[in-house]
Amino acid sequence: MFGTILNIVLIMLSLNIVICFVRTLIGPSLPDRILALDAIGMQLIGIIGVIMIAQDTVAYAEVALVLSILAFIGTVAMSKFIERGVIFDPD
Amino acid sequence: MTLIEVIISILLLIGGILALISGIGILRLPDVYGRIHAASKVSTLGAITIMVAVFLYFLVEGTFVPKLLLTIFFIFLTAPVAGLMMGRSAYRFGIKLSDTSTEDDLKKYMEKKSEANQ
Repeated sequence: MFGTILNIVLIMLSLNIVICFVRTLIGPSLPDRILALDAIGMQLIGIIGVIMIAQDTVAYAEVALVLSILAFIGTVAMSKFIERGVIFDPD
Repeated sequence: MTLIEVIISILLLIGGILALISGIGILRLPDVYGRIHAASKVSTLGAITIMVAVFLYFLVEGTFVPKLLLTIFFIFLTAPVAGLMMGRSAYRFGIKLSDTSTEDDLKKYMEKKSEANQ
């Protein structure tokens, strides 16, 4: 029963990754693609959490932490890039 | 199933349903700003709920994992900032609001600011 629920949640998250990928492909503008990639990062954190329960190990805790940091930094860097064309502006 | 497994299952299912809701929002809302609203708020809450479930699962098993708490805290802290950055860059990139939008408060502010600069 518990394993079935884990599988259902994994399928939900994977479906959402597919939806975000579709938005990345068809997104009419650049910010659409950036937000879809950011949402994919969030769902990956959730998937790693569910896999931690399914395999009964805490070895992937660092993976979730680093993935959240990387998703945030990537989103901010791409937003700054399309805003002015530079990532580190002096003012 | 024990009681704690029921609680963890409910939290996990809430997270999955929130993820699906955010996916529907990302696919179907009319303009970029609505999609940012769906992606940054709802999917963040889904990820936080799932990580709380993982933390509870390992806490009941007898291992306290502070890295999971740190992940929850970090997602909670950074996701609104990422949403703000995406929205601001989309507005400065020059993307129009959808036709059904009625209010654009930032436009008045931008016009006032550009008048002050001249």
